[in-house]
Amino acid sequence: MSSLSRADVANLARLARIDMTDQELDSLATEMDVILGAVARVQEVATPDIAPTSHPLPLRNVTRPDVVEPSLTPEEALSGAPASEDQRFRVPQILGEEA
Amino acid sequence: MITRSAHEMSSAMVSGEITSQELTKKHLERISAVDKEVHAFLHVDTEGAMSQAKAVDDARARGEKLGPLAGVPLALKDVLVQKGIPTTCGSKILEGWRPPYDATVVTRLKNAGVVILGKTNMDEFAMGSSTENSAYGPTHNPWDLSRIPGGSGGGSSASLAAFQAPLAIGTDTGGSIRQPAAVTGTVGVKPTYGGVSRYGLVAFSSSLDQAGPCARTVLDAALLHGVIAGHDPKDATSIDSPVPQVVAAARSGDVKGMKIGVVKELNGDGYQAGVRSRFEESLEHLAKAGAEIVEVSCPNFEYALAAYYLIAPSECSSNLARFDAMRYGLRVGDSDGASAESVMNFTREVGFGREVKRRIILGTYALSSGYFDAYYGSAQKVRTLIMQDFTNAFTKADVLVSPTSPTTAFKIGEKANDPLAMYLNDIATIPVNMAGIGGMSVPNGLAPEDNLPVGFQIMAPAMQDQRMYSVGASLEASLLSQWGAPLLSKIPALAGSK
Repeated sequence: MSSLSRADVANLARLARIDMTDQELDSLATEMDVILGAVARVQEVATPDIAPTSHPLPLRNVTRPDVVEPSLTPEEALSGAPASEDQRFRVPQILGEEA
Repeated sequence: MITRSAHEMSSAMVSGEITSQELTKKHLERISAVDKEVHAFLHVDTEGAMSQAKAVDDARARGEKLGPLAGVPLALKDVLVQKGIPTTCGSKILEGWRPPYDATVVTRLKNAGVVILGKTNMDEFAMGSSTENSAYGPTHNPWDLSRIPGGSGGGSSASLAAFQAPLAIGTDTGGSIRQPAAVTGTVGVKPTYGGVSRYGLVAFSSSLDQAGPCARTVLDAALLHGVIAGHDPKDATSIDSPVPQVVAAARSGDVKGMKIGVVKELNGDGYQAGVRSRFEESLEHLAKAGAEIVEVSCPNFEYALAAYYLIAPSECSSNLARFDAMRYGLRVGDSDGASAESVMNFTREVGFGREVKRRIILGTYALSSGYFDAYYGSAQKVRTLIMQDFTNAFTKADVLVSPTSPTTAFKIGEKANDPLAMYLNDIATIPVNMAGIGGMSVPNGLAPEDNLPVGFQIMAPAMQDQRMYSVGASLEASLLSQWGAPLLSKIPALAGSK
């Protein structure tokens, strides 16, 4: 059972896009060790001959007829936006500073 | 009137004893009187409820044919979207958000004339077993206000036990309908996966989540089940076949000749003495009613909890990526020059609570390259084994039974700092979600040692939900004749009530 360091948890937090404090990272590292120790039990019975199940229903490619139906108006779609402009979502800058 | 069943309220409206507006007003008054103590609701839609009630009264006056629950009030778990009504999922990240559309469950409730009183409290994004993880403070169990009402749907279960609503909607990913029902002395049903549309249900773990009915009687749950169930083209995982005949089953409550399998692994050590004694007593009732009690073994259930706490966090780490501070919900730190990524990171740090972050990190780990096979992959294999256990058990029995929850309601704060102890509350309910089958909890008495409610769990094969209702109704009838009055007649009065 590998134990997680603060740096390991910081990396997971970065992947999950959560800006955690050092204190949170430390307490999570401890908790994760305990939880992972408990859930690792699945490995005791998960032998190679068993097929994995991802979903309770054996569904594949469920589609609907390709018919245009009424949908949200631009105003409705933008109604919950933290910021909007010209019928579009306004977001903080995505690329680096322009030269 | 407010202590009656939904079915009785409906009859009272049909006979002209009361109107939906009067009935709705009584419930709104009850909420005003006692919700300071209980905190079952995050939002009460007084105006919307009264106008829905008026629409039903007007339709009735015009002589229109109305459904069996028309005009009956209901409490909606705050994880289902209702157009224009605040929907938070118990999280700060959605504070103030008003969805622009209705969930299919909500559309069906409205079409059936059900009056939606408001949105109920829950563990944040349905992650928890106590409702303590709500960003808006815990809900209190009406049986003992110092105790938890179960979770994640503690607001829905508490609203029923506090007579704030005769019906509620819950959602169940690992027991979030059934465990709250058990600890509040109410009825909760997790239908077969795909039996009720998930369109408009804010996703936690998509392969496990299922909305279902919560009520004070088995018949009321069946009537509500009948309203919300059925195929929905807007949900690709919705089952396209007829809804099981749950209302007929609840009315007949016939278990003669039925084989009821007691799951050996879901009892014994770790289950409170009073939970076990009530369970044994319930089996005797069912045997007397003509059922045959057999024992079945599901050896892989002991791995279900571990597999669940890999699968659910893995799916949640993906599902909750949608809360990105860009299109709706909270946005924090959007100052000049801040990048989208820093705004996203900071918003998620501020907007998500501790348990949600814990599960996102756990899921991110379980899905990460190098660990996927050992964790998520192994959990998926355990899922196969659990489904096989159920398949085998259902060759020996028509339904399976167990206690719903290993203990009665614990004290608020008692397990808040021990995630593993908290997760154990769901040990008997999780296998049902893993297999996508149906599960029900029916109140079967008070534990003698603490006088708190205990629940009896009934599990049925996929799309055989009617079997749970037959067994639940039979047990309910036997217990009612033994007690002389429903279990909830024993609940202590709340200070806010007159």
